[in-house]
Amino acid sequence: METQVLIIGGGATGTSIMRDLALRGVDCILVEQDDLNAGASGRNHGLLHSGARYVSNDHDAAVECRIEGDILKRLAGQTIQATGGYFVAVQGDDENFIADFPGHCDRAGISWKKIDLNEAFANEPAISRKAIAVYEVPDASIDPFRLSLESVAHAKALGCRLLRRSQVVAFKREGNRITSTTVRDRVTGEEREIVADQIINAAGAWAKIVAGLANIHIDMLYSKGTLLITHNRLAHRAINRLRKPSNADILMPGGTVSIIGTTSVKIDNLDDVYPSIAEVDQIVEESSAMVPDLATVRYIRAYAGVRPLVGASGGDGRSVSRGFALLGHEESGLQNFATITGGKLTTCRLMAEKAADLVCERLGVTTPCVTTSVPLPSAYEGRWTEPGHAPKAWMRSANEDDPLICECEMVSGAVIRNLYNQLVKAGDNPTFTDIGLRSRVGKGACQGAFCAVRAAAHLYQHGAFQGRKGLDQIVDFFDERWGGQHGVLWGEQLAQAELMEALHCGLFGEELK
Amino acid sequence: MNSQDQLWDVAVVGAGIAGMSAAIFAASKGLSVLHIGNGSGLVFGSGLLDVLAVHPVKDSTVHEDPWHGIELLRKDEPSNPLALVGPKAMEVAVNQIMEALGKAGMPYEPSTTNHFVPTSMGTLKGTFGVPTTMTSGAKAFENKWPTLLIEIRGLREFSAAQMVHTMGDKWPGLRFEKIEFPDSKGVFELYATHLATALETNKTRQAVIDIVRPLIGDAKAVGFPAILGLSESTAVHKAFEDALGVPVFEIPTMPTSVPGLRLKHSFEVAAAAAGVFRRVQSVVTGVKFDNDIATLTLQDATGNQEVQAKAVILATGRFMGRGLFADREKVREPLLDLFVEQPESRENWHSRDFFAKSGHAINRCGLLVDSKWRPTDAFGAVVWPRLYAVGSILARQDWMRQKSGSGLAIGTAWAAVSAMSDDFGSIGGV
Repeated sequence: METQVLIIGGGATGTSIMRDLALRGVDCILVEQDDLNAGASGRNHGLLHSGARYVSNDHDAAVECRIEGDILKRLAGQTIQATGGYFVAVQGDDENFIADFPGHCDRAGISWKKIDLNEAFANEPAISRKAIAVYEVPDASIDPFRLSLESVAHAKALGCRLLRRSQVVAFKREGNRITSTTVRDRVTGEEREIVADQIINAAGAWAKIVAGLANIHIDMLYSKGTLLITHNRLAHRAINRLRKPSNADILMPGGTVSIIGTTSVKIDNLDDVYPSIAEVDQIVEESSAMVPDLATVRYIRAYAGVRPLVGASGGDGRSVSRGFALLGHEESGLQNFATITGGKLTTCRLMAEKAADLVCERLGVTTPCVTTSVPLPSAYEGRWTEPGHAPKAWMRSANEDDPLICECEMVSGAVIRNLYNQLVKAGDNPTFTDIGLRSRVGKGACQGAFCAVRAAAHLYQHGAFQGRKGLDQIVDFFDERWGGQHGVLWGEQLAQAELMEALHCGLFGEELK
Repeated sequence: MNSQDQLWDVAVVGAGIAGMSAAIFAASKGLSVLHIGNGSGLVFGSGLLDVLAVHPVKDSTVHEDPWHGIELLRKDEPSNPLALVGPKAMEVAVNQIMEALGKAGMPYEPSTTNHFVPTSMGTLKGTFGVPTTMTSGAKAFENKWPTLLIEIRGLREFSAAQMVHTMGDKWPGLRFEKIEFPDSKGVFELYATHLATALETNKTRQAVIDIVRPLIGDAKAVGFPAILGLSESTAVHKAFEDALGVPVFEIPTMPTSVPGLRLKHSFEVAAAAAGVFRRVQSVVTGVKFDNDIATLTLQDATGNQEVQAKAVILATGRFMGRGLFADREKVREPLLDLFVEQPESRENWHSRDFFAKSGHAINRCGLLVDSKWRPTDAFGAVVWPRLYAVGSILARQDWMRQKSGSGLAIGTAWAAVSAMSDDFGSIGGV
């Protein structure tokens, strides 16, 4: 395969680069070792920062968030809900920090409003009655899956290509260029060569490993952050703790649920990233100072992402902000390899612009970036991650071949079938996990125990599944989902997990297969 | 009759298979039995009665002979409740319950070994007690009969195509046909209970028979999802066999299923026949003991009442049944705060792999009992001389992985009632 630019990594950054280049008329291929947003891009709060969180310790990042947030709200509005956000200080929090907050916001150009405590309690009853100050800022929620899915759909419509489950295993170097990249299909094991004029390493936390294949060292630390999902939504807005950024101080709404996090734990490798029991307990205990119900609510899931922290010695002066790092690797003698990593979901467009500028300059392409003015089109495959969309579509379709499959999230058979067939058409051999990433299937209280059975039956009924795929997929899907369940299994959710095991092991004996 | 006006010999708390069995066994011994619990957990049953099919769990060794399995368990896990019941008592107990259910409208095939029943998932379920409506499925598989499976458009949990695809390599003569259930055109979602009820009417049953008959071809058996009648399953099943001229069988499906409802209904009929007095709408919220008498506080829509009994059998199940409750720190027994043997910390409750070969440690936590099935504290002292515990609340078993849920429930109920009635004899009760 040949292309102008090979992008490695299908997170928010990589998919934004893909779209940016496609809009400039540059041909590109994106290779992703797993699936879209499989790393930190899919394992975060889904918070579109107003910037207020950074005003006290990182003015540049705050301004960047404000500007980028406004661009995304304007051009990718379908992925965003303007929930607004509260910054809440409680008794015992640093009063100087609280007092300085409005001034810092002013300097970063971020609008704020002091909210009377009684009004705050009326608007957000979950806030602790020990709150002593509440400010409103224009935080919003963003669906990172929809953002990436629609960025890819847009780029594909412009002729660019995505290869999922394709892992870069080697670079061939001749002189000052990487002449070919070896990519292994992680399902079939087949390898192929991709010849590209330029290569962008946007592999997030894996960027260090990818660069290592080109004998380039990136000084990078890994920081694991764990988040918990509640069974019910606790607040309308983003609720931030008004203190120096610390553990468990952001509660985000996400459709019918809320997400609380995070932690920050240094880890040494990326092979075994999971939310530990200690982190779960830490979040439950610390977050309840801001939202007391978090001590007693039912949690349905925990997940962990890895923040790549690029050390000072890894930079080569091209960093445009402390938020992210763009490395041209000229010091290595290579002229067609660059790395972009770090940063935030909120600034993914800017990161893509800077990375694309660099490779375009190297390619001699002078077409400017247009992602500050071209809207992100809504795509069929992108809209099913939005809570509430599937039931509306199902009610409208009223088709007897379209039964409800996932009752928690109300996803119907046609959605599952269409997403499946779309992936098949793209040459993939799709899994339940793939469908889960592109829809709400398996995200409710049952965590797939019931809907996976119905989804398998449905796909067989319509001839989509062949052989033992249904049983194999159910087993794989539960293995994948379990990683996020076992940390929050107490109370009601433990009973739910017992039901799942009673059904799938007790009755069906799937563990014996 | 008001349950609070008399002193009961025994109060049974919990109405899953264990509580139902304990109540029936105790009443059959002539004891007066007050049974509290609504039995809603029973609808999660598949209708199949497992005794023991897998041991050791970590090796996934499946046994055809459950009694031999229990003998092995006695050597390897001597304090497993199934081992404590032992094969002989287990056989007597399970057969009595199968007989009682048969008289109550849910007949089981007489059995001496495990049978391997094809499930809707395309797996084979090793189980001991098989309702007569399901037995031909195991026979059809065993003999590899050419077999037709019927898929019904709109029944979401069941795909005959899935079974054919999943089992086809081991069962070459298996095929399926998809049919439209009578009068279901335009209906998105069909519910098994509605279909089962509809099949109890001659007209609908005949319509289905007329649809299926021309599809049989060379098939020597026909399988349906478990929808052949709700309370009249024996008659509906027979009508299908007579009309189609080949053995007909039901395939166990995902709960809550029609056989689960039948099981609940049949247990209720059997308990009534045995003379059990049931308080269906009540929840036990407290138990106090004095020297000879237990006072149970019952809560229902009208408020609280107190009832008294000489003995109490706790059959409240595990987490699903609310017999156990876990917070982030530990597992508790919420009704009496009994000692729960359990892993050191939550870190050790679950394996990181859902299908982990050896199962999850949390599933082996539970109550410890003495040789008479009486819960003990951490040091082996009984809590109250006539408090007994049976079923899945007991520690040191893993019914889900051992495929032993019904055996555990029925066997321990039998053993505890035996110990209890011996005790009643010695204190001159009844």
